[in-house]
Amino acid sequence: MAKKVLMRGTHVLGEAAIRAGCRAYFGYPITPQNELPEYMAAAFVKMDDAVFLQAESELASINMVIGASVAGARVMTSSSSPGVSLKQEGISYLAGMELPAVVVNMMRGGPGLGNIAPSQSDYFQATRGGGHGDYRTIVLAPAYGQEIADMTVAAFDLADHYRTPVMILGDGMMGQMMEPVVLPEPVDLASLPSKDWLLDGCAGRPSRIMRSLWLDPPLLEELNWRLARKYEAITREIPDQEMYLLDDADLVVAAYGTAARIAKGAVHRAREMGIRVGLYRPKTLWPFPAEALAQMSRSIGEIIVFELNIGQMVEDVRLAVEGKCGVSFYGRPGGVVPTPEELARIISSTYHKLESRRHGGADISGEAGLRAVGSV
Amino acid sequence: MKKVFSRPRSLKETPFHYCPGCGHSVIHRLVAEVIDELGLRERTVGVPPAGCAVLAYNYFDVDMVEAPHGRAAAVATGIKRILPDRVVFTYQGDGDIAAIGTAETIHAANRGERVTCIFVNNAVYGMTGGQMAPTTLLGQVTTTSPQGRLARREGNPLDLSQMLAVAAGSVYIERTSVTSPKNILKTRKAIKKAFLTQLEDKGFSLVEILSPCPTNWKMTPSEAIRWVDESMTKFFPLKVIKDAV
Repeated sequence: MAKKVLMRGTHVLGEAAIRAGCRAYFGYPITPQNELPEYMAAAFVKMDDAVFLQAESELASINMVIGASVAGARVMTSSSSPGVSLKQEGISYLAGMELPAVVVNMMRGGPGLGNIAPSQSDYFQATRGGGHGDYRTIVLAPAYGQEIADMTVAAFDLADHYRTPVMILGDGMMGQMMEPVVLPEPVDLASLPSKDWLLDGCAGRPSRIMRSLWLDPPLLEELNWRLARKYEAITREIPDQEMYLLDDADLVVAAYGTAARIAKGAVHRAREMGIRVGLYRPKTLWPFPAEALAQMSRSIGEIIVFELNIGQMVEDVRLAVEGKCGVSFYGRPGGVVPTPEELARIISSTYHKLESRRHGGADISGEAGLRAVGSV
Repeated sequence: MKKVFSRPRSLKETPFHYCPGCGHSVIHRLVAEVIDELGLRERTVGVPPAGCAVLAYNYFDVDMVEAPHGRAAAVATGIKRILPDRVVFTYQGDGDIAAIGTAETIHAANRGERVTCIFVNNAVYGMTGGQMAPTTLLGQVTTTSPQGRLARREGNPLDLSQMLAVAAGSVYIERTSVTSPKNILKTRKAIKKAFLTQLEDKGFSLVEILSPCPTNWKMTPSEAIRWVDESMTKFFPLKVIKDAV
């Protein structure tokens, strides 16, 4: 069996990327993800076939990613929220030119400069395309060190397979935390499927054009529909989620990434109190794994969506359940990371509200409850 | 009978869409001739910009990838770093390279990226309809400097090539024009030297070519040529700006 090593999240991501065949990294410093480019710089300087370049800006770095991808390399860039906003221009072009690339966002608090504390403030930006134009980006949301390793490898494979940019959406806490991980086996670059579209000089073949400009509307419409069909295939083929203690659950907490780890702790505490609660954790944020949630919605009382923001994924949860069960939201934005105890209290009060409603009793947590207390 | 003139192999048979009197067609041809002469067609990747030359990929018969506006030097960097034995050139207008792409260009030059920039300067944003460019001359009327460019209001024109010459990684920078057979031949020579600079792994090379835009200057083609020779060259003198080959 492969050996477990203790590594911080950013280093796991970097090492897994190299083992997945990543041979080009372009980036620009921003906290809290600097350990990733530093890891890539240290590793690539020892490799003959790898390129590390610190660019003059996020804009330049994502455009270098375009160049390296055009030339056929497995390429990655990483940043944190404000920097990822700047990369959106290039991500739109990657989508339009159908170029594979891996973009890492170790999210921090926002808007604006915000702060450098862990946050999930960029869910909308990540899952709705982010840049201009009608496109989507595959978004993978690891929650554990091992998952960072596995999803990084998957990200490169998905990017190549679908010829589309893939985002790994983490946060500052995930990047810093050290956990035991089994690293993936290094991929043999020669074994990767060849790219019959890359640009490397037209030796022995007709010259190729790579572009996102289609001045004739019917031609651009054709590209848009082709992308739409690709996104439909992705939506069918890759949605993934963790279903934790959901078999007998009356109540579900939906959370991803670091929030899901807090939620898992809260679920354990609530279970100890006798509350039948489980965790629904999307591992792909786009495509959102709606199907399993939709099925569950017929048998459960309420879904509490917990995010480190003011409510973003909650919209996808509402769309998934289509009003078949209650959906409430609990969030802590701005880089504040609550404890499992705090969330367990939310679970408990929601549960008792549900119970009292179910048994036709007074809702002691609502206005009626307060009035009842007041009359004693 | 001996054939003395034909279409360069590196140009497709697509007719140019450029306006009558525009310099792009001549410059395309010169770049293609140099690629042919140096035998580079099958190892060249070109990076056209956003701007009038955005459709350059329809004309050059080499691998071409369109860059986002201003980012050609960064895209070229990515390609060249992955494929160091290929020849990578960008083809950019003055708005593309000297306004929105200033940062990418200066840093690529300063890093000494082994790429060649063909910088076509016509002192105006052409494709968008004649707005003021970073290179618009003082006094020049454009759709967004309707009273003529005034230093205090719109700022002075920018001599990007001179700025790039300061960068340690730039090796060869020359400014030419395409207003006469003599100037066209000089431009061809400069383009060849720029490609050779890259082939010899010396560093960053750039040829700035002053090019007429009769449509947006609202002149006849011959008036436009005269305006390049008489007005543009006053602020943008034709010369070798840096030669450290």
